[in-house]
Amino acid sequence: MSLEKKYPEEVKQILSKYPPEHKRSAVMPLLYLAQREEGFLTKAAMQDVAGIVGITETDVAALVGFYTLYHDKKEGKYRMQVCTDLPCALRGAEEFMETLCNNLGIKVGETTADGFVTLEAVTCLAACDKAPMFQTQGPDGIKYHENMTVDRTMELISVLRRAGREVGK
Amino acid sequence: MSYIVLRHRDIPDLNQLDVYQKNGGFAAFQNAVTKMKPNEVTDVVKNSGLRGRGGAGFPTGMKWSFIDNKNWPHYVVANADESEPGTFKDREIMEGNPFQFLEGLALASYAVGANVAYVYLRGEFWQLADSLDRQIVEMEKAGILGDKLFGGEYSLRIYTHLGAGAYICGEETALLESLEGKRGQPRVRPPFPPAVGLFGKPTIINNVETFTNVPMILANGADWYKAIGTADSAGVKVFSLSGRVRKPGNYELPFGTTFRELIYTHGGGVQDSRPVKAIMPAGASSSLIVVNDEKVLDTPMDYATVRTLGGDLGSASVIILDDSVSMDWLVNKTVHFFKHESCGKCTPCREGTYWMSNIIERIHHGQGTTGDVDLLLNVAKQIQGKCLCALGEFSTMAVVTGIERFPQDFKNAVSPAPLPPLYVKKNEGMEKV
Repeated sequence: MSLEKKYPEEVKQILSKYPPEHKRSAVMPLLYLAQREEGFLTKAAMQDVAGIVGITETDVAALVGFYTLYHDKKEGKYRMQVCTDLPCALRGAEEFMETLCNNLGIKVGETTADGFVTLEAVTCLAACDKAPMFQTQGPDGIKYHENMTVDRTMELISVLRRAGREVGK
Repeated sequence: MSYIVLRHRDIPDLNQLDVYQKNGGFAAFQNAVTKMKPNEVTDVVKNSGLRGRGGAGFPTGMKWSFIDNKNWPHYVVANADESEPGTFKDREIMEGNPFQFLEGLALASYAVGANVAYVYLRGEFWQLADSLDRQIVEMEKAGILGDKLFGGEYSLRIYTHLGAGAYICGEETALLESLEGKRGQPRVRPPFPPAVGLFGKPTIINNVETFTNVPMILANGADWYKAIGTADSAGVKVFSLSGRVRKPGNYELPFGTTFRELIYTHGGGVQDSRPVKAIMPAGASSSLIVVNDEKVLDTPMDYATVRTLGGDLGSASVIILDDSVSMDWLVNKTVHFFKHESCGKCTPCREGTYWMSNIIERIHHGQGTTGDVDLLLNVAKQIQGKCLCALGEFSTMAVVTGIERFPQDFKNAVSPAPLPPLYVKKNEGMEKV
């Protein structure tokens, strides 16, 4: 179903932020809205967004490829994006990532066998004083988790897994 | 001294509208709209000596005065794309003291005659955008934003806009492209945004911290603000301190505070009491300042004085490196970052960061030769001065100053004799066998 049919209020509200003759500006918020559906952007979703703002599918695909928070492939339900950039690395982010990989039994860039978590190494998230840290990108949006230990991270994953199962019931 | 920007540390619940108003909030905005001419607001900011806090340090009032009054409408945009590795101040400001930031944005909008302002936040600040949206609605309900404010003719709307993960969008013209629904790639300048900005209209863009200073300047006067800090750099700065210190965090201090005071008095000193080897005062895009002499630590931090050490203060995201950090490791980190974040528009940056990344990867993993170090320096120098925006330049700062100021670290990293091949070249950079 198209975004305008499914979320008429949200689409209207997003479009109202920009001058009517510049509705292309709404493309990024609309892509976030579309991504909420499947956790990634399908070809149909990109076509839909392109239609709403009046640009080509190629233009939309170029944006999806350019910005790291848009995804065109299905991955884990939650993307766990650990900052391993310079300031975090100076505070143990690389060791944290290594231990986390061992605990999850996957490498950076891989997804757990149950399709729940994809582990990614990302650049600075503006939380350099609270390393090790990561953000989760999932059905509930983007959330920061700061001053983390591997134990607390594993705990968070099992809490999210339990919550997911309960919703599924 | 009490806080000017991080006032939420003095006043609990300052992120509640009623608390902010009880503490003088929006009095400066109401006073400006009802009693001052727009250019009088600009003049106060100009006289205060306030300089842009995003990194370039450009005089704020002067920027506002550049707005083209022959072309309408005007826009104001807050740059909340905070993405420089080592910077985390704007997030604290917007979480703790959001209304003072929004009041500053409103004052700037009034000063340049804009009826619409946007807050461009990095996509990762998703939760923060959500709370700002709610705060904007509260302001509308309280009659601080909307049509015909305070019984006068001036109207103002503020909207948030989320980016989606791209460091380059902190560059003001790339930010505008992104806000127009395009890939974040910098524009050719001139024309500068005060002449041709958002949707082709005159636009003023400032950093979150810059705006947050403005209400206090309007409330207390230009002279009050100018008396703080140094002659070169007026007022206070929020220093984001990170790296190998005991107490990393944001510290609001007057310009002119020494590195020593920041690191030892506020930051609790270096972890494991090691000596400071180098300082990056402007995040990953800094030159490496050598700390081989105790006097370096006694240097006052303002824009002009830090330059005498061969660096730039930039956004004051001060990363502390101790003697356990080898510069080949560090340069590998910064180059990887810039390679990832290069928008691909200018060839020297796009190709240069790719090749620098290949070479430093080799050096850092013990596969390089002394010739590789020369080659790396050569590639870096060929990027400099050839790109539309500063990202290309930034990608070379740690490379050039790392090699030139810490040659021993690179000598140690390159092997005198070839080692067995640990790495083979695959399509995507280097991969372990």
